[in-house]
Formats: sequence, structure tokens, C-alpha cells
Amino acid sequence: MNRWKLQLVVDPVACDGRGVCAEVFPERIECDRWGYPIVDEADITPAIEEHALRAVRSCPRQALHLVERRC
Amino acid sequence: MTTVTTPRAPVPPATGTRLLLGLSGSDTVDASLGSHLERWGTLPRPGDELLDELETSRLVGHGGGWFPVAAKWRSVATASRRRPVVVANGAESEPASRKDALLLTRAPHLVLDGLSLAAATLRAHRAIVYVPRHTAPAVEHALDERRRRRTDAVDIEIAECPHTYLAGQETAVVNQLGGRRDAVPAFQGLTSIRERGVDGRATLVQNAETLAHVALIGRFGGTWFRSVGAEDSPGTMLMTVTRAAGAHIVEAVLGSSLRQSAWISDDDMATTQGVLLGGYGGGWVSPRDFGELPVSEKAARRLGATLGAGVVALLPRDVCPLAEMAHVIRYMEGQGAGQCGPCVYGLADLAAAMEVLAWGRGHGSAHPARILEVCDLVEGRGACRHPDGVARFARSGLAVFAEEVAAHVQHGPCARMGAPRVLPGPGRAHPPAGAGRGTTSRRLVSRA
Repeated sequence: MNRWKLQLVVDPVACDGRGVCAEVFPERIECDRWGYPIVDEADITPAIEEHALRAVRSCPRQALHLVERRC
Repeated sequence: MTTVTTPRAPVPPATGTRLLLGLSGSDTVDASLGSHLERWGTLPRPGDELLDELETSRLVGHGGGWFPVAAKWRSVATASRRRPVVVANGAESEPASRKDALLLTRAPHLVLDGLSLAAATLRAHRAIVYVPRHTAPAVEHALDERRRRRTDAVDIEIAECPHTYLAGQETAVVNQLGGRRDAVPAFQGLTSIRERGVDGRATLVQNAETLAHVALIGRFGGTWFRSVGAEDSPGTMLMTVTRAAGAHIVEAVLGSSLRQSAWISDDDMATTQGVLLGGYGGGWVSPRDFGELPVSEKAARRLGATLGAGVVALLPRDVCPLAEMAHVIRYMEGQGAGQCGPCVYGLADLAAAMEVLAWGRGHGSAHPARILEVCDLVEGRGACRHPDGVARFARSGLAVFAEEVAAHVQHGPCARMGAPRVLPGPGRAHPPAGAGRGTTSRRLVSRA
């Protein structure tokens, strides 16, 4: 119950559809036909946490966030 | 000398006519504070017990969200040590809805009582009533009366809401009142206005009708509220019903027959090809399903629609349903805030594809599967639920009018293409343009 999980969240207002995140983290992020990211909502496991963080840091609009969610 | 009158003890209404008590069928309604107090009695001094009464009542928000009121108030109450801001939202920007305007002009004190109770219960720093221009004079007059009688512990401010579809969306309300941005929605995935809203304070935005219910629950209690309606979803709600003959407003008991509550006759049904529930961000149901629906959000959702803020609009058989849908989707595309890419490009694609389907000729993209694909792509991808509402509208319409869709795909536009629009609200002026206006008619507004 009181588990925490990490999730990638796109702020759609800040996002410009540059597509850097999908290039950096193709395992979980793809671009739609207009170039905006579609993020896989599955947990970010420790094994891929570093990749996720790299995607977050690479966003020129700072629109991608890695958040801890209680589930 | 003022004369001291002992107010009659107010009598709690025993039937499903509550908010509309004394309002229906008359153009000469006395909306004065004196008449209001005569009918409902003085406003009780609220304490923490009002939160418990709201819990007991199971009242939900009737701006379209259907969120439990007690839970919303509690989350605002505990969000911060700083005193919160409370807002009565009278924007009612859904073109087919008029029930909040009715309350604000004919029973403004019910709404203001509810706001006053919210302000006192949550020990608010500011209380604001947010209304469109056409209801502002009635509300201003009511506020003057209340100031003269010192009715409210917190002075109630009035703010004018812009005339746009999204102006009533609660984060847009906060942006408008905070003066930082126009009335455009904000992304709530990382923060919440219930924690940081107007002036950086926890903010309660509650629909006008909902606050009117609060005014009565404050007087008669939560158990009284539940004395009519369904067990899991009790009480009454206002609905705006639009038929060919015009629009009217009813107070419906939840759980009762929707068709009977909305006063829809057999003659009305005989000429109806589909019923729009919940407005332009709502969904279509077939006449047969509509006939069997209770006044229940759960039941509406099961059919892929929503009651939303209580909109019921009957579409007569003598218009092209796909043309009506195309007009509405183009209107909704134009009303987007221009902030989120998938919504900007997705709704433009959706509107264009729908126009092709309604009045284009032999175009490959007219296929409804293309429209459904775009619906999938926009859902859940905006900062607010605007794209989700449009997707629901489109998807449910394609299902309810499936025969029309098939006929249009095969034979092109129908003879009713040029019929005047019947769905209420703005955007009627849009002429049937040539097929497909291109896919990106709106530029993305980028933020500074």
C-alpha cells in the first residue's frame, strides 16, 4: 500500500515538443505525430533511474519531471 | 428606529424543489435579501460541524467535476497554515448551460450564503465571487444589500470572468484572479491550487450551484439533504434542457428518471435523433438509452457520456448531426488555450477531419477511424481536461450517429448540410467551409 514509486511526468504547458527526451530515453518515451512526447507510465525502476534522470536533465524547456508518487 | 421582526423559523423543503423554490414560472422574482431571509431564515454561524454535515450530505460539485465537497474543503483546510482564499465560480462557460446564471440573478443570496459559509468555516483570508458580465449587476446589488446588513464575516469581492470556454476551469479561475495570466488553465500534475492558488494561498474554487446547496445544508443539515435522491448520490441538481422549442431549467432529483425530470415529452422524443449530455465537453447518447437513464453520473459515464454541469440538449432529426458535431469541435478547437501541443494540433486535426466527414467529398481522411485515432492521441495529454472533453464528444457522437457516419462516408454530404445550427451557444456563425482547413490552423502560443 504505502509503496513509493518513481514516475516521469511531462508538464504539457512547458513542453515544446523538441523531442530530446525521446532521443535520450527511447525505452520509455516516444514522440507522437506532432513531435510531443508520449511517456510510458510504468514505474521507473532503479535499473533505469539514471537514464530517466538524464532525460529530465536534457530537456531544454525543463518540462520533464521525475516525481515520487505514493501508490 | 428600525423595526425588529422575529424571523419565522424556516421550513426545510420536503420535496425535490429546493434551489428553485419560488423561482420557477415567474418573471417577477423578488431576489432581495429581505425576501431571501423570509424564505430561508438567517444564515447560521458556521463551525467545524458544517464540514461534518457536508460529509453526511454527500454533496458533490455541480460545475461538472462531481468531486465530493467535504473532501475538497478538508484538503484546503489542511493544506497550509496561512488562511485560504475561497471562490464562488459562476463562470458557467459551457454554452448550453444557464443554471448558474439563473441562481446568480434570481437567488444570488443562496450562492453568496454558501460562499460566506465556506469563508467562515475555512477562516478564509479572501472570498471572491467570479461571474460573467451579464450576471454581475445582480450580484453587485446583492453584495450591497449584504454589506448594509453586515451579513458576512469576510467581505465578499466580485471579479468579472472573461467570455471564453475555459474561463471557468478552476485553475484558469485562479490564474485570472491571481492576475498573473489570463484565464487559462494551469498544469496540476506537480502542484495543486488547493495548496497554492490565488495569492499563493490554498484556494477553494466551488461552483455557484454547489454553494447554493451548501447554504441549505448549513441551515437544514446533511441528513435533510439526503432525504431525497439515491443512497450513493443524493439530493438534487439543476439541469439546463434544450429542445427545439427552447431552453428551460429544472431541478432534478438524483436517481430519478432523467427524461421525466427534464420534462421531455413523447413528441420531443419522436423528433430526436440523439441527446447531448454534459455540454460540448460531454457526450452523446441515443434516444433509447436516454429514455432509460436515471439522473446519475455513474450511469452517464457507463454510456461514455457525463451529466457534467447538468446539460441536456436534444438534437432534432431535421439537421445533420455530423455537421453539428463539426461546428462544435471547431468551436472547441478555437477555444483552446493554445498551451499544450497535443491539444493545439490534435483538436485542429480533429476539427478538420470532422469537417471532411460532414461536408467534404470523396476524401480518404473522412474515415471515422482517423478521428478515433486522434481522440486516442489527445486524451489525457493536456494541462486541463479540454482535449478529453472534445474526444468524448467526438467518440460518443460517432457511435450514436453510426448510420449517418456510414452514409456520409459512402455518399458524401447530406441534404441537411446547410440547415441552420440548433445546438445552443456561440460559434453558430461558422459557415460550412470547404473541406479540411489544413491541420494546424492555430499556432502554439509559447510561453515567455
